[in-house]
Amino acid sequence: MPKTLYDKLWENHVVRTEADGTALLYIDRHLVHEVTSPQAFEGLKLAGRKPWRVSSIVATADHNTPTDHWERGIEDPVSRQQVETLDANIHEVGALAFFPFKDARQGIIHVIGPENGAILPGMTVVCGDSHTSTHGAFACLAHGIGTSEVEHVLATQCLLQKKMKAMQIKVEGKVGAGVTAKDIVLAIIGKIGTAGGTGHAVEFAGSAIRALSLEGRMTVCNMAIEAGARVGFVAVDDTTIDYLKGRAFAPTGEEWARAVTYWRTLVSDPHASFDTVVELDAATIQPQVTWGTSPEMVVAVGGSVPAPEDFADPVKREGIVRALEYMGLVARTPIKEIRVDQVFIGSCTNSRIEDLRAAAAVVAAAKGRGKAASVKRVLVVPGSGLVKRQAEAEGLDQIFLSAGFEWREPGCSMCLAMNADRLEPGERCASTSNRNFEGRQGAGGRTHLVSPAMAAAAAIAGHFTDVRELV
Amino acid sequence: MRAFTPFDGLVAPLDRANVDTDAIIPKQFLKSIKRAGFGPNAFDEWRYLDRGEPGQDCSRRPINADFVLNQPRYQGASILLTRDNFGCGSSREHAPWALEDYGFRALVGTSFADIFFNNSFKNGLLPIRLPTAAVDELFAQVAATSGYRLKIDLAAQTVTRPDGTVLSFDVDPFRKECLLNGWDDIGLTLRHADEIRAFEAKRQIEQPWLFSKVA
Ligand code: SF4
Repeated sequence: MPKTLYDKLWENHVVRTEADGTALLYIDRHLVHEVTSPQAFEGLKLAGRKPWRVSSIVATADHNTPTDHWERGIEDPVSRQQVETLDANIHEVGALAFFPFKDARQGIIHVIGPENGAILPGMTVVCGDSHTSTHGAFACLAHGIGTSEVEHVLATQCLLQKKMKAMQIKVEGKVGAGVTAKDIVLAIIGKIGTAGGTGHAVEFAGSAIRALSLEGRMTVCNMAIEAGARVGFVAVDDTTIDYLKGRAFAPTGEEWARAVTYWRTLVSDPHASFDTVVELDAATIQPQVTWGTSPEMVVAVGGSVPAPEDFADPVKREGIVRALEYMGLVARTPIKEIRVDQVFIGSCTNSRIEDLRAAAAVVAAAKGRGKAASVKRVLVVPGSGLVKRQAEAEGLDQIFLSAGFEWREPGCSMCLAMNADRLEPGERCASTSNRNFEGRQGAGGRTHLVSPAMAAAAAIAGHFTDVRELV
Repeated sequence: MRAFTPFDGLVAPLDRANVDTDAIIPKQFLKSIKRAGFGPNAFDEWRYLDRGEPGQDCSRRPINADFVLNQPRYQGASILLTRDNFGCGSSREHAPWALEDYGFRALVGTSFADIFFNNSFKNGLLPIRLPTAAVDELFAQVAATSGYRLKIDLAAQTVTRPDGTVLSFDVDPFRKECLLNGWDDIGLTLRHADEIRAFEAKRQIEQPWLFSKVA
């Protein structure tokens, strides 16, 4: 029987299966950050248990760390305690790699893992963070897990799982200029909804996905969870292998050759069958902007905010009324007339070098216009220390700074506003992050999700604008 | 984890779809390094009128009287009635910790997000999926009847309404067993430690590149 990539990844990690189908899956890589791990380490210690295989652990502090004035340390005492707890836990148990606060390779956990070659095709990857789905870009089975599961993986190197259904999302054709991976995934979520992938493992396929760089595939897989799918992945091809060659933790020499031979098998067999197939035509995808408080509340930049009466389902209608109220928007307002107070370019969705290049290209194309006077702040937060240095070597920081943007230290920053970077109540933000939930970027803050190019364009225009008209 | 026994509880309705974990417990409370004490901050942004910060005395904060859980008739609720895709968003286990600490023992709704669903079972909180028509009826009955209670029996997989109507629900046998007995997953898994070790040894030969050493 032909197998899907999911079948292959699954079968390769099953240690044992219970009668009801619950399986013990072996975990190859365990990513750890400060927010969801302290209770797990504490639980382990209280039970007198030892971590099973610390060489599976890659850790960093990212959610709470400040993005400026690093010389002052972490000023919020509660955040500092959490970061120090991670330091202490990792020093006590050990890890394959640990990039603490201020380390040159510190950054968002989902950025540093891949860029150091610590994520390899065919791995099972877990992290106490829902955006672990990012690593599916390497044909990995990457699950976001809760803290009890973090403790379970620490103690047993396994995760209890039931096999999910298989979904294939096929994006065929070529996207137009100015349309990015972020627009593709927002269009997918707009089509299937935030619960569309619930209970499914999603394989992203089709020529438009194949044409994406590894960075672009990470952006797509990152947001699988926003479509309800705990895991999302892309098959191995030359792009995958080329990306990995020479990375710090990637194999070398004879082992590399052996690995590549195996990795090449990590594709769905021809004629493999999926429980659900969704198809999108890449050519019809426009730059996307979310208008509401759920990623599925999204339209093309040329469109307008919907009206509740457009929807028949009463629960849905009520949700739209509430979202419009929270967002301070009037039904049928054209997206391009919505003005922004802040712009955030960063997060594990869009803070890799390619994202920063795309944003800088828009700024450069605006020929010295710079940030609109009405925009209070534009934050550019690289995903990691390595991304930051690369961007500086390419002069991107100077492009941003001369446009009046702020160039920050790496971290999660205003993606979820656990540190000092946040929106004030009522402020509106064009953000390259992944969630536009109420209060996500600061209590009362209003988030519109867009691509890095669209965010940079909004920063310059002061309102949403079609980036294709700028470049 | 405590064992899940049959109980009879007051129902509170939260009539919204896509309630995300940021709404269940806002991020500023995630800075805690403890598992307990999140109850007073469950639904913080909806429940209070001021901005919540860790370490506040919540009993002195201004209450949003419009929020359903603040209504006198729902005080002491232990069952939360919800809509589609409850618990979507972040993987934070603080969400079930907060709900459990608030006093909820079961959630009844049409669908739950995967990670949240899974996290709930690990914390003695039972998410029950019922068909939309049954959930619609429950919302109508709760609204119409003050002091509306449901009986929940996990062993029998039933929810019993005050009018005697019994609704059955599905639950995964393994999760049911763990919850009924209050078993800890780790202890159960470690009974298979030899199998895990054998699997690992084989893997190390087949894919040695997965086992880089700690430098
Ligand atoms: S950048 Fe945002 S979504 Fe990504 S790990 Fe950090 S907080 Fe989570």
